[in-house]
Amino acid sequence: MAKNKDILLDPLSDNNPITIQILGICSALAVTVKMETSAVMCIALTVVLVLSNVAISLIRNITPGRIRMIVEMAVVATLVIVTDQFLRAYMFDVSRQLSVFVGLIITNCIVMGRMEAFGMQNPPGLAFLDGLGNGLGYSAVLLTVASLREVLGSGTWFGYHVMPSGYQPNGLALLAPGAFIIIGLLIWAQRTIIKKFEAE
Amino acid sequence: MELISLAVKSIFIENMVLAFFLGMCSFLALSKKVETATGLGLAVTFVLTLTVPLNWAIYNYLLKDGALAWTGNPSLAGLDLSFLTFICFIAVIASTVQLVEMTLDKFFPPLYSALGIFLPLITVNCAILGGCLFMVERQYGFAESVVYGFGSGIGWFLAIVGLAAIRKKIRYSHIPDGLKGLGMTFILTGLMAIGFLCFSGISL
Repeated sequence: MAKNKDILLDPLSDNNPITIQILGICSALAVTVKMETSAVMCIALTVVLVLSNVAISLIRNITPGRIRMIVEMAVVATLVIVTDQFLRAYMFDVSRQLSVFVGLIITNCIVMGRMEAFGMQNPPGLAFLDGLGNGLGYSAVLLTVASLREVLGSGTWFGYHVMPSGYQPNGLALLAPGAFIIIGLLIWAQRTIIKKFEAE
Repeated sequence: MELISLAVKSIFIENMVLAFFLGMCSFLALSKKVETATGLGLAVTFVLTLTVPLNWAIYNYLLKDGALAWTGNPSLAGLDLSFLTFICFIAVIASTVQLVEMTLDKFFPPLYSALGIFLPLITVNCAILGGCLFMVERQYGFAESVVYGFGSGIGWFLAIVGLAAIRKKIRYSHIPDGLKGLGMTFILTGLMAIGFLCFSGISL
């Protein structure tokens, strides 16, 4: 039981996919201009991650080792196509704003990384928890970065004004360099708190 | 003339890494040494220049709405296969990488041994798939897709070599413990991106 809890909760902080494992950074930066797009992206990624981890775990015993990469790619690509079509059908505006980044979930290293490292060796129940934990860990970082960028950059949060009326929005936070620097500072803060340093 | 401005745009103004965050994972992980960065940068440029036009052909002659009209078969002409875009593109990328690897191994062994380890990694580099998807979204023509693929590859190459050189320089600097490694690399990339922002004022 304790092990299950660890699998679920570890990726939230101590083994966070973005800040500690350095996986899936591209999308983390690109979609975080606004809370709305990042929330949709988080849900999309978590769904794809959980389903693909479970699917790979179900077929792990009948998949020959030599072709496992192709099998993984096919599973992820299929799930991403379904997600993309769903977003286009029900949330067209958000899907336009996310542009190519929904498609890029295919090459998102979190999905491949977790399937290789976890789904291939563990039963579906554990794979489900691992996928969910990593999805939530990714979402935690994404939503934090998006909050900072939207509040600093446009003075709003989920489209509502939260800053006092005299606040002068800082446009740099909305541009690419702002995202890099905010995530850099976030990693600094987190590593200082949990005391996990990198030896260079 | 338009092609030249597209090249400048894809290299500097809309740099793959610094403006669109594509290919970040390998950008961060493999920028510790200038030599490895150069190898990976060359490999990415090579594969992008090949796959973007190839995927352009596949999209325009097989997948797009009404793209199969050239077969002359009326039942195929109305077919819209664009929902297969992702899976086709990723298959094309994976097989191109494999083909490039085999061709280089046979005909240009020195280049193969220089790029060797990096080639397979490129399949999952999101700069490649991103480049192909942008090509579709922006509706480039064939010549444009060649220039765009090559230009974004060069842009990626410049960015990773630049970052590797900076990281080499700061290796002996005193950096707070929590900022060492990934944190510092992010802030450096941010500063590089500010530098590249100055190109965005150029109107072409």
